Amino acid sequence: MSDTAIQDEAIKVDTEKGNFKYPENYAYDAGVGLNEETIRYISKVKNEEPWLLEFRLKALETFKKKPMPTKWADEDLNNIDFDKIRYYLSKGQMPARSWDEVPDDVKQTFERLGIPEQERKFLAGVEAQFDSEASYSRMKEDLEKEGVIFVGSTEGLAKYPEIFRPYFGKVIPTADNKFSALNSATFSGGSFIYVPKGVKLKQPLQAYFRINAENFGQFERTLIIADEGSEITYMEGCTAPKFETATLHSAVVELVALKGAKIQYITVQNWSSNVFNLVTKRGMADENAEVKWIDCNIGSRLTMKYPGVVLKGKGARGEVLSIALANDGQHQDTGAKMMHLADNTTSNIISKSISIGTGRSTYRGQVHMPKHLKNCKNNTECDALLINTNSRTDTYPAITTRGENNTVQHEASVSKVSAEQIFYMMQRGLSEAEAMSLAVNGFVNDLMKAFPMEYSVELKRLIDMEMEGSVG
Amino acid sequence: MNTTLETPTASITANEPTWLANRRQTAHELFTSLEMPSLKDEFWRFASVGRLNIDNFNPAKTPTGEKLAEIVDRSTIVSERAGRSIFVDDALAEFEGLNEELIAQGVIYLPVEAAIQEHPELMEKYFLQESTELGSQKFFGLHASLVRAGSVLYVPKGVEIKQPIVNYYWTSGERSAVFPHTLVIAEDNTQASIVDIFFSDTAENEALNVAVSNIHAGNGAKVFRKVVQDWNEKTVSFQLDTTVAGRDSDVKNVAVNIGSERARFENQIRIEGAGAHVKLYSLTVAEESQEFDQRTFQTHNAPNAVSDLLYKNALLDKSRTIFSGLIKVAEGAQQTDAYQTNRNLLLDPTAEANALPGLEILANDVKCSHGATTGNVDENELFYMMSRGISKRTAMQLMVFGFFEEVIEKVENDELAENLRQLIRNKFESKIK
Repeated sequence: MSDTAIQDEAIKVDTEKGNFKYPENYAYDAGVGLNEETIRYISKVKNEEPWLLEFRLKALETFKKKPMPTKWADEDLNNIDFDKIRYYLSKGQMPARSWDEVPDDVKQTFERLGIPEQERKFLAGVEAQFDSEASYSRMKEDLEKEGVIFVGSTEGLAKYPEIFRPYFGKVIPTADNKFSALNSATFSGGSFIYVPKGVKLKQPLQAYFRINAENFGQFERTLIIADEGSEITYMEGCTAPKFETATLHSAVVELVALKGAKIQYITVQNWSSNVFNLVTKRGMADENAEVKWIDCNIGSRLTMKYPGVVLKGKGARGEVLSIALANDGQHQDTGAKMMHLADNTTSNIISKSISIGTGRSTYRGQVHMPKHLKNCKNNTECDALLINTNSRTDTYPAITTRGENNTVQHEASVSKVSAEQIFYMMQRGLSEAEAMSLAVNGFVNDLMKAFPMEYSVELKRLIDMEMEGSVG
Repeated sequence: MNTTLETPTASITANEPTWLANRRQTAHELFTSLEMPSLKDEFWRFASVGRLNIDNFNPAKTPTGEKLAEIVDRSTIVSERAGRSIFVDDALAEFEGLNEELIAQGVIYLPVEAAIQEHPELMEKYFLQESTELGSQKFFGLHASLVRAGSVLYVPKGVEIKQPIVNYYWTSGERSAVFPHTLVIAEDNTQASIVDIFFSDTAENEALNVAVSNIHAGNGAKVFRKVVQDWNEKTVSFQLDTTVAGRDSDVKNVAVNIGSERARFENQIRIEGAGAHVKLYSLTVAEESQEFDQRTFQTHNAPNAVSDLLYKNALLDKSRTIFSGLIKVAEGAQQTDAYQTNRNLLLDPTAEANALPGLEILANDVKCSHGATTGNVDENELFYMMSRGISKRTAMQLMVFGFFEEVIEKVENDELAENLRQLIRNKFESKIK
């Protein structure tokens, strides 16, 4: 990502086709490294109010003070060089790359997943911006009629402070961890959504509709507020590998489900294998509300992500369904957090991981039931599948239980694909690799059903692809 | 920090060998150089380290002859035995050696001090050579620099000892610090069982216990260790236990924990030989403000081995338990079966159970699982019994004792099992409502 790489050099496509938009302003670049100036610069470019600048600067201090969590986490974190990272790239400064520079394996993956031509270029980082304006604007109209607000983080805080500011940084405080502090200091992009009382969105909202430079930024910030009795499903990411040169991604996602509301948040993460993906995600569920995280991690070099639910109101429900696939050189360090803070709250965690080659998958969980609570329940299941002799898996749950009539159960198992199963399928004419794929797909099948159809179809194809070459 | 614990004792024996003096010196440096544990340390997660205070304890003084005799009379928990040692405040009150037949077969059972004098080579090879790696290195250092009391059992190849060896470790004096040590070396194809018992003289004498046990089970050896811990509730206790399991060995460990104000229990099993079978059972009954902090580590370094762990905790009042267990299957340790189960029975809303069951698996052809459950007595089962005319209180007692029985029966010694039931009843029965 050198400064000399200019967009026009790299891209030679028909701009009419697919209705592409080009950035108008090339001037914004915060430079390399992180200091107070960088933060002031970002805030100025975004034309932010003083309180937000103050918020960012405080977060920077917190970030500097917090140690790296290498006491318990992967020491690979020490390989992040914070001084070499660009913390803010406006639209015009996205790295330019020609289609020829995109690695062949990424191109093949696009091909096999059947990604449309234009999208491929965006996903590969060739295109700086891809706004499927037509579909998005039609959707936007419908949403506006219902009073739904669906904007970027900057716009959200500037235009609707009375809605978003009270919850901004409240579910995940700046000091929650080193990377939430980093995000609080440097955030840019992401989605801010408000769903009014009683509005139940039939169609899932997708970050995909708003693909542009900022949306897939390194430090995106998402805040979703579902007002009383409303329902929303939000999807981010896509199954296609996102080819990136930037090595650090650190998002913060906060969900607020008010009384009786339901939020379902679906993530499919498939960053290229040079990316550190260190994400903080947490939802707050009020009385009888429900927050559900569906999380699928396929890409990245190291992912650390433990979606959580704070069960604040009586009868609240929290759920995390998670699939992780760790191939050679990858470490998927994922898990879940359930903080029970009211009576009759229930939580459910189901995590399935597959380690292939030298891949390592880790489940880290926390379930907390303090005293004075009654009739709370948690169920946790983590199953790990190991494909090769050098694959690795770890499980580190932490469970604290007090109170009356509270029940917690945790179960974890580790296994490999049984030789009998493979033998049976091969007898019926499947190749070993096909048999393996089928067995692995069977392992995650019940969780896969929780994903929307188009995702689960693509996920299945992806698993097939990841399994190739892992047998024999 | 108290100065008396920081001053190393002159020597364990009259003419201390150099290797031992060096080992104790190194241990002393370990103890003084390491910080007290803090919550930032993963190994101490959930432990109330703020309450952990080892100041104001002194290395125990030898009690009077009358006191020793009185305590010997109270050391009756296992009557059929192959040998017995009774220590009070780290002083040897009585030693009952092996019968001639076993001595003729080459079995050695001696107090630590005598073993150093009579079998220096054996002791140089094994004494103070294994320590747990679960966060209490500082306390291992303390133990190793001040250890005096303890017993050593050596079983030569092919010899089987039918009756158990019984070691009693009592505390009696005010603010005594004791450092009991159990060392078992079971050579190939041997059989031995050991019972270690930790008791307090009165309900009031404050004490600090830092006990270490090291077991070496050779190829095909069958070693069974049973531990009864019933300190008074003024005792701070550490038990740092290691076991190395050889090829096709069969190692069993049952612990019943009733006493102490706060007890830290580290149990580390290292499977070094293929085909080993290891079973670990523990039962803890916690009340008032007791804290039981249990850390276990099952390491599989060899293939085809089985390890199985069951830790059960019943909690009353404001008591706390922490179970933190890790199974680690090394690369190449294929066909491993490793299991870990933690069951917590919460009998009061103010009690707190913490579970940290962990797995680290680096081989693929394994069967590993862990489960942790925490809950109250099952309402349906209670209802079933009550609908058959059993009072609620009796039903509760039946169910709670049923919960315990799974571990108690594992001691495989009727007399000891009955004595354990009695100990638990004394503490517990009146509290079940």
